[in-house]
Amino acid sequence: MNDLRELYQETILDHYRQPRNAGRLVGANRTAEGYNPLCGDKVKLYLKVEDGVIRDVRFEGYGCAIATASASLMTECIKGKSEAEALQLMESVHAMVAGGGTSAEGKLAVLAGVREFPQRVKCATLAWHTMKAALDNVEEAVTTQ
Amino acid sequence: MKILDKLMHHDDVQAQFWRTDFPVLKSRVHGKPLVYLDNAATTQKPLAVIEAESDYYLNYNANVHRGVHALSLRATEAYEEVRVKVQHLINAVSPDEIIFVRGTTEAINLVAQSYGRSRLQAGDEIVLSEMEHHSNIVPWQILCQQTGAKLRIIPVNDLGELQMEAYADLLNEHTRLVAVTHVSNSLGTINPVKAIVALAHEHGVPVLVDGAQAIAHLPVDVRDMDCDFYAFSAHKLYGPTGVGVLYGKAALLEAMPVYQGGGDMINSVSFGETTFNVLPFKFEAGTPNIAGVIGLGAAIDYLGSIEWDELVAHDRALLAYATPLLASVSGLRIIGNARDKIGILSFVLEGMHAHDIGTLLDSEGVAIRTGHHCTMPLMQRFGVPATARASFALYNTRQEVDALVEAVYKAKEVFRP
Repeated sequence: MNDLRELYQETILDHYRQPRNAGRLVGANRTAEGYNPLCGDKVKLYLKVEDGVIRDVRFEGYGCAIATASASLMTECIKGKSEAEALQLMESVHAMVAGGGTSAEGKLAVLAGVREFPQRVKCATLAWHTMKAALDNVEEAVTTQ
Repeated sequence: MKILDKLMHHDDVQAQFWRTDFPVLKSRVHGKPLVYLDNAATTQKPLAVIEAESDYYLNYNANVHRGVHALSLRATEAYEEVRVKVQHLINAVSPDEIIFVRGTTEAINLVAQSYGRSRLQAGDEIVLSEMEHHSNIVPWQILCQQTGAKLRIIPVNDLGELQMEAYADLLNEHTRLVAVTHVSNSLGTINPVKAIVALAHEHGVPVLVDGAQAIAHLPVDVRDMDCDFYAFSAHKLYGPTGVGVLYGKAALLEAMPVYQGGGDMINSVSFGETTFNVLPFKFEAGTPNIAGVIGLGAAIDYLGSIEWDELVAHDRALLAYATPLLASVSGLRIIGNARDKIGILSFVLEGMHAHDIGTLLDSEGVAIRTGHHCTMPLMQRFGVPATARASFALYNTRQEVDALVEAVYKAKEVFRP
């Protein structure tokens, strides 16, 4: 039960119920769609990147609490960051939820509970994979497979 | 006690008795007793099945057919006896109509690639339903890509039942095959397969019935149904994984080209010409899953010790008990309310994704399935990305239904704002 409380922390539930930066972003110059075929989670990410900096970001989609909260937290954390910094954040989240790495900094640390639930790691990383695809300007939908 | 209570009590006692045949049901999960409600994905195995498989490996492991030594003869006899058991289980005319395959999926692929590919051409039509499992969609899509044939889809109504008038309208001179599921794995709907077959036959169209979900829940009589092909997997029938059955009418199977080459399906080989074996071996290339087939035989024997009436009544009783209990949970919506259905309850909860429900129920020891259940077109039809699905087997009890409902309430509590 403690693992569960760790997974479904209040911050996670709050971001699930009221996702930040939700919706379409007008003027986005990088977009990508992510899809987790295991649970049907879908996310579309809109980025506005200028001079290598993510000036604005929004997302649309439907997913479980973990996927939605992760996407919402991500948008808060990468806004104003350089592309390289955003990718670095992705690496640290990945390392954290996959179990090997130390905790990510700041508010992203709430995703650490996922590491006790290996079958939910893909939920937590979907938005981040999608961000990487958007930065790489990949047109096709990425999946977590 | 009221009569209904008495009946229910008798039913529970019976199920408790069956439970003792399944060793895994004694397990605890996260410190809680296992409540296994993922039977539509795969059923648990009775000790008799596990022992039959291990007995083969311990005492008479040998390859089947053409062996002259004692173990090979014994293995061959055991393997072929199961063919006869399957014949009787589904009331086929002859054991030659029973082809052992890896599972329902391979059975359908076999029909698509052998029957379908040799007979279909551009402009032909294959009729499927909106509630099909991906395994009864994708093999036909592949066939369509290969031949230029097209899929036509029977729609489902809001209750989750096939729209039979629409089905009748889909049949025409271009229809070459109908492939429908006997029971929906996502909704539990029992389809009127006999009527579906009769209507198709009026147009001279053969019918494949996907029996994956039906086989453990309903008595299946392929002669009465008059279907041309029937496919099912052993592992949903309390048997092992990796074994399934394709039933086909002998005349159709005879006329069909071979599917895979090698091993048992061959009569003689030279570099100039190869001749193929007779039915059923013609479709069984390579060393089969001998232990799995023997396990399937043990599963059929196990079920044979129980009256179908009793099994069906138990399934209906659990469904009748669970449906109003779940439906009374606020914000819970049951997807699939067909008038005729087996013990499958798919549901969605307002404000909660199925995946989260699954994780939270698991923490209470309750195993259900969450996701699209390999029926993405059907999920789209009902406008949901995923559902949570509880599915019953003979060993489930009303106490387990109570545990499910209690776990759902607890899950809601976690997500309460």
